Amino acid sequence: MNDPLPNSFRQMPDSRGHFGEFGGRYVAETLMPLVLDLEREYRAAQADPAFKAQFDDLLEHYVGRPSPLYFAERLTEAVGGAQIWFKRDELNHTGAHKINNCIGQILLAIRMGKTRIIAETGAGQHGVATATVCARFGLPCVVFMGAEDVRRQSPNVFRMKLLGAEVRPVTSGRGTLKDAMNEALRDWVANVADTFYIIGTAAGPHPYPELVRDFQSVIGKEARQQMQDRIGRLPDLLVAAIGGGSNALGLFHPFLDDADVRMLGVEAAGHGLDGNEHAASLLGGFPGVLHGNRTYLLQDEDGQITEGHSISAGLDYPGIGPEHAWLKDTGRVEYTAVTDEEALEAFQLLCRTEGIIPALEPSHAIAAVAKRAKEMDKDSVILANLCGRGDKDIFTVAERLGVEI
Amino acid sequence: MNRLSSAFGKPRPALVCFLTAGDGDTAANLDALVEGGADVIELGMPFTDPMADGPAIQNANIRALGKGTTTADVFAIASAFRARHPDVPLVLMGYANPMVRRGPEWFADQCRAAGVDGVICVDIPPEEDEALGPALRAAGIAPIRLATPTTDEKRLPQVIAGSEGFLYYVSVAGITGKQQAAQGSIEDAVAILKSATDLPVAVGFGVRTPEQAGAIARVADSVVVGSALVELVGEHGADAPRHVRELTASLADAVHSAAKGAA
Repeated sequence: MNDPLPNSFRQMPDSRGHFGEFGGRYVAETLMPLVLDLEREYRAAQADPAFKAQFDDLLEHYVGRPSPLYFAERLTEAVGGAQIWFKRDELNHTGAHKINNCIGQILLAIRMGKTRIIAETGAGQHGVATATVCARFGLPCVVFMGAEDVRRQSPNVFRMKLLGAEVRPVTSGRGTLKDAMNEALRDWVANVADTFYIIGTAAGPHPYPELVRDFQSVIGKEARQQMQDRIGRLPDLLVAAIGGGSNALGLFHPFLDDADVRMLGVEAAGHGLDGNEHAASLLGGFPGVLHGNRTYLLQDEDGQITEGHSISAGLDYPGIGPEHAWLKDTGRVEYTAVTDEEALEAFQLLCRTEGIIPALEPSHAIAAVAKRAKEMDKDSVILANLCGRGDKDIFTVAERLGVEI
Repeated sequence: MNRLSSAFGKPRPALVCFLTAGDGDTAANLDALVEGGADVIELGMPFTDPMADGPAIQNANIRALGKGTTTADVFAIASAFRARHPDVPLVLMGYANPMVRRGPEWFADQCRAAGVDGVICVDIPPEEDEALGPALRAAGIAPIRLATPTTDEKRLPQVIAGSEGFLYYVSVAGITGKQQAAQGSIEDAVAILKSATDLPVAVGFGVRTPEQAGAIARVADSVVVGSALVELVGEHGADAPRHVRELTASLADAVHSAAKGAA
């Protein structure tokens, strides 16, 4: 066995699933044997060339990878400063990066002989991606979704139903994403023998944060090669939006040991970090334990979890993947936050300058890119992950802009 | 001899009763449990995200938090209980985050000061014991572990190794509430647990009636009842203590009259 590389940021987690003091397996005993099974099966899959071959084949022919690397010339001009490039993961089948992970997890589920799939969803993107792979592989699918989100995201609810999934509205708690995750965990604990839980972000008990990151790392691996091919060097700055953090880790992870590449994760500041109406777990939260891992959480002084707020339903989760918590504390990745207003402006800016309607999640990244690009010279290169398309968000945007459609 | 080992050291099986702290008139309801004949009190710490609980205890958590119940309130309830009932064992049950928020040592100290005998934390498995276990043991508080239908024989020694006070057998793979385990499966599981440990084995999850409790008490050292009691608190408000006392008394009768090892 090779010794771990000194000074590498790509060796985590440790054998117990810890990223420094974060991560781990904080689950009820009933789930613990399942989580250990999953880890064993994931290790076997990693060592199996047939698994990788099937994953790669589906990504190429079903998802449509590699996604393009695109130089946003007019946006660069409009902002003034560094060159702005996008990794176009919004062009994937189902319109977001979420599908990369779902392909990987359903292949694991099939390897493990599981016959029923469950998932949680907030905005509905992960739910749609899960329903999609379940239809593709003919497995029954139950998606837990907060009742409030079911109401706000009715087009995605209909998509999931078209794909044959059962959408179960969750009324417990406050009916949002974290409650949907609680309900999915309750279902899983009651159906341990046949059910596989496809978690949508790089969070939850080990090995989920690791395997979701690995499946999403196709984004960064492609981008690294594409950058070399197109401009003969790596970008100076990577930028990605962060809810749970899977699209950001997917982009960042293959670059973590490139010391000259800086990285910026963008959380949702909602109405501002000074109040409680935000979803910035890293910048406005404290370490704690929820949903199987130790990480930064929005919580009060007694450890009760508070609700996140963001214009983007995909970002308003009160936690964050544990690897981000570790990358923040080590200083390898810088984190910032962008308000609803700023994201909305960036959304419109990209529509008008590039003819791309982005999702509200990457609109947060775009807002941060616009700020940073101005401070950098024209030879510098910023690469941002355009992790989702905005079709699902046009109703929210119209409402915020006071337009009736 | 500490309070937990005295309670489990009696010749008859023990009844463990659960209520959520801050739900209803908790002090009066806890007194009703003792008057009804409960041997051990399990006091739930309310949490916003009770992932292992069914609707009854979820709602109790919401009611308690809705009234503004804080961690300080939970310890005040525990301290006052200890003052009123110096000999009745009291264990706290809850989720990791409220327990580790101010650090495990802080939490363990508070437990000791409040006269708490043991702690059941749902989402700290043996693999993460260091998050809370060492602090509890140092303070003389028993970390009470859970074994479940999915805990296989290979894993069981690891679960038992850090466990003190008693071993809590979660009889259904599922959440707290109405789903019941078949008596046969409980008997088999308890036999395996008893052969692996000298700790008393308490069986819970889905136990609602005196008949069930009595049947389980014939094979286990103890029976845990939670949701059925919590529902009474939600249903009867100020009148709950009377109902809680009645159900506890009938449960206690059934449990105490079952001869250990009769089955």
